Amino acid sequence: MNFETTIGLEVHVELKTNSKIYSPSPVNFGAAPNENTNVIDWGYPGVLPSLNKGVVKAGIMAGLALHAEITKQMHFDRKNYFYPDNPKAYQITQSETPIAHDGWVEIEVNGKKKKIGIAEMHIEEDAGKNTHTGQYSYVDLNRQGTPLIEIVSKPDIASPEEAVAYLEALRQRIQFTGISDVKMEEGSMRVDTNISVRPFGSDKFGTKTEMKNINSFNYVRNALEFEEKRHQAVILSGGTIVQETRRYDEATKGTISMRSKEGSDDYRYFPEPDLPPLEVSDEWIDEIRQAMPQMPGERREHYVNDLGLTDYDAMVLTQTKEMADFFEAAVATGADAKRIANYLMNDVNSYLNDEHVDLQDTKLTPDHLAGMVKLIDNGTISSKMAKKVFAGIIDGEEPAAFAKAHGLVQMSDPAELKPIIDGVLDNNEQSIIDFKNGKDRAIGFLVGQIMKQTRGKANPKVVNQILMQALNER
Amino acid sequence: MAEKLGRKAAEHVAELAKLSFTDAELDQFVPQLEATMHLFDDLQQMDTTGVTPMYSPTQEVSVMREDVAVASNQRDALLANAPETEQGLIKVPAIIDESED
Amino acid sequence: MAFYDTDVTQLHDDLVNKRVSATELTQAAFARIKATDDQVKAFLALNEEAALKQAAALDQAGIAPDQMLAGIPLAVKDNIVTKGLTTTAASKMLADFKPVYDATVVDKLHQAGVINVGKTNLDEFAMGSSTENSAFQTTKNPWDLTRVPGGSSGGSAAAVAAGDVLGAVGTDTGGSIRQPASFTGVVGMKPTYGRVSRWGVIAFGSSFDQVGWLSQSVKDNAYMLEAIAGLDAKDMTSSHLAVPHYAANLAQADVKGLKIAVPKEYLGEGIDEDVKEVIKAALAHYESLGAQIDEVSMPHTKYGIPAYYILASSEASSNLQRFDGIRYGFRAADVKNLEDVYVKTRSEGFGPEVKRRIMLGTFSLSAGSYDAYFAKAAKVRRLIADDFNQVLADHDVIMGPTAVSTAFKVGAEITDPTKMYLNDLLTVSVNMAGLPGMSIPAGFSKANGMPVGLQIIGKAFDEQTVYDAGYVFEQTTDFHKQTPQLGGQN
Repeated sequence: MNFETTIGLEVHVELKTNSKIYSPSPVNFGAAPNENTNVIDWGYPGVLPSLNKGVVKAGIMAGLALHAEITKQMHFDRKNYFYPDNPKAYQITQSETPIAHDGWVEIEVNGKKKKIGIAEMHIEEDAGKNTHTGQYSYVDLNRQGTPLIEIVSKPDIASPEEAVAYLEALRQRIQFTGISDVKMEEGSMRVDTNISVRPFGSDKFGTKTEMKNINSFNYVRNALEFEEKRHQAVILSGGTIVQETRRYDEATKGTISMRSKEGSDDYRYFPEPDLPPLEVSDEWIDEIRQAMPQMPGERREHYVNDLGLTDYDAMVLTQTKEMADFFEAAVATGADAKRIANYLMNDVNSYLNDEHVDLQDTKLTPDHLAGMVKLIDNGTISSKMAKKVFAGIIDGEEPAAFAKAHGLVQMSDPAELKPIIDGVLDNNEQSIIDFKNGKDRAIGFLVGQIMKQTRGKANPKVVNQILMQALNER
Repeated sequence: MAEKLGRKAAEHVAELAKLSFTDAELDQFVPQLEATMHLFDDLQQMDTTGVTPMYSPTQEVSVMREDVAVASNQRDALLANAPETEQGLIKVPAIIDESED
Repeated sequence: MAFYDTDVTQLHDDLVNKRVSATELTQAAFARIKATDDQVKAFLALNEEAALKQAAALDQAGIAPDQMLAGIPLAVKDNIVTKGLTTTAASKMLADFKPVYDATVVDKLHQAGVINVGKTNLDEFAMGSSTENSAFQTTKNPWDLTRVPGGSSGGSAAAVAAGDVLGAVGTDTGGSIRQPASFTGVVGMKPTYGRVSRWGVIAFGSSFDQVGWLSQSVKDNAYMLEAIAGLDAKDMTSSHLAVPHYAANLAQADVKGLKIAVPKEYLGEGIDEDVKEVIKAALAHYESLGAQIDEVSMPHTKYGIPAYYILASSEASSNLQRFDGIRYGFRAADVKNLEDVYVKTRSEGFGPEVKRRIMLGTFSLSAGSYDAYFAKAAKVRRLIADDFNQVLADHDVIMGPTAVSTAFKVGAEITDPTKMYLNDLLTVSVNMAGLPGMSIPAGFSKANGMPVGLQIIGKAFDEQTVYDAGYVFEQTTDFHKQTPQLGGQN
């Protein structure tokens, strides 16, 4: 039997605004428990939500980045449920009128391009954090009210590979808008999945199973692959899939059924009376569109068509907005694009990997990297010296000053080199004879002697020039 | 639509609302609620085809605040009102159901 | 001294010219409260120490001519949060709750130099029409201590009627300012939804709740509203419209040519005859002053009660979920797990009426009921609002009785919630539409001698016309000057 798989993904993205979505408390990490909270976050009697304009703007940016229609007239809704990390016992979200709908992203799997539809996107508030130990739970409300965007895909995803490609594309496009760090390992991107399998050609979808809060792309792939096979096996054996929520277990790379809750959830949604309706004008959308950072696709085209990079180089440089911005800023100073690209892809990326840091966490600036590349191009330093200069600029040093201070400057002045070369020739009569007899390797020997005399600082290009001239004169 | 709430449905609603009633309380409450819901039945006869629901009389639209963070410095006062706390966290007897994070 | 036969204008003048001090007024208020409140039970908490301190500071600084309310003792309903003063909403749930912030209304009163003497009793979480649903005490009607003062702002109404203060803040979700005003013979104004900030007002029905004043006269009420109205960044539903100088504008008040609509439904079935009689006389009085009275029909009036009880209870069921015993307020003893914390705390902390409303609201929003109840009621709300808009398109105000009856006896209706809800027939629709509505003393019942209130309903944000109409009536009648014979010591 052949099977068709249908996967839907719900992605929560945490926005990096200054303040929370419905309260002016700060949004930042690492504060003491309940430090970033106020009476609104605690759901005190008498408090009211106040909507953060920055969140609405970020929602519109995300909508535009995902080719979605922005909803012009919307309102907020209450989703009611009791939980210790949910202080009002309702979450203010959007159920009837999502901020954006009907978008898409393009993915490429095994060389085949495909558009994955996005059904809708909501702006809403995150809950606090609950920690359980033994007989007690402990609640920290710092995260309560942190703005989220929930992105709901259409059931267009047909395989675990496509699911991961979709998440990558989503992550990348959101990252380029600058509204979120979208880091799964830090929880600023969280993924819920649902999957169903049906015999090929069947006109009815299979029964769905869900998995919540999977926290890496690999786990998403493993979990979906496991579920896909499990569904197929159950159907083949004549069994039925139970609609349920399952949990991915990292140790076994399998999924485990979670105890199902008694009765079904009844969230009793209704329109939030404390927030007036929200109307978004075309002018505002246009203004946001104009100010949007360029998306990775457009940037890649520019790199390949105008700057002469390969497709691969362009792809590596557009992994994050920071890397692409850095590259473009360095090239804007007039430095050679290919050489800048090579440094970013090799030296810089290996440094970032070794040190486990992000580009924006280093002291490296586009000006300094471009400056170093220019020093190589004009012969001031050698490629070998550049390795040492790089160690300086990654710590924030100015390349020319660093090179000079550390004696990393090539001897390129013919007036300075001529006496040294003459001296080496005077002392190596045999090599001159060898050269005249057509033995080219004599040149290698002589260059080596010159380098030895200059402790490697002689500019090989200039040395070659003067040496050839001097040999021909003898 | 003039259906009665009934005891079983009342118990289900109470569960959603995190309330519990004794049998004696239910004996009193259920008929009271049913009497009120009898008033509600009047609405069912009304033709509201094409009527846009009205959720609020507010005349305000698109009211938003600028994205500026303000620290409340109220942590201690807030924690002081909580029935139980430990090391700056709100403490509450454990959740038996572990199905949520 | 009782705060009768005086008003804000008089006291302000005396204060500015140092004929009386804020301290003396404050002491007088507490003396009067102590003399009356054993019987009336209007107050849940007194703010004596802080009030006297504030009065002394005002006396020291002197009161400027533009500080109309400075140094005048007033009271605040106990569902409005006051930092440093208990705020219980008359619920066991918040019996020991210590607010950590001030409501915007309270903030504005501080800025105006008002002396807050204390917190007044109410039906628990403002749910009720008699103040019998308070977890702590039942307030009595100063006109007849065997009768209720109405509700839910019964404490505020009784405090004003008893001469304890010239005015007290109330809240009105379905009639909770106007109905007690009617029952106790005082003025009660519910402003347009959005006129006064709701920040710090413990929510009942968020799309209905409004803050307003109970007072002894229309002009005082106008001064008081001016002090608390206006845009508040903390309440996104508060109106950006400028606040008029209501009291000063009363100098131009005139009812000649005023177009008054009287819905026939407001004088029809379900309204007591003694009430109708007083209202008809009041309308005749307006006519004699040159106003034009038109009988109109508001056919959806009778659907107001069911639609209101569905919508307001639905909002309440959600608003009251935060009372869960985790972050503040009451937590039941002997709780073993989280479910216990929730269920025992809520079952023990809420009184029966609050539980009934939570049940009605939770039911109306639950899966399978939403369309037939909540959504249906929201559509009916639109029809009711349209009725008002149509009538007010060619009329200045709508008039009728405030309540279907005069104050009933304590205990008479508390056992029949549905009958109790029907008291709100003439007030709930005004909240549905979000319009301003005011009850003014219109006379006394020939059946029992109790006060009867005339309700004046205006266009959205046209409180001025409502005040104008009430002021002219007051200036040409003397019903508001009559005071209850409380213990014979007026």
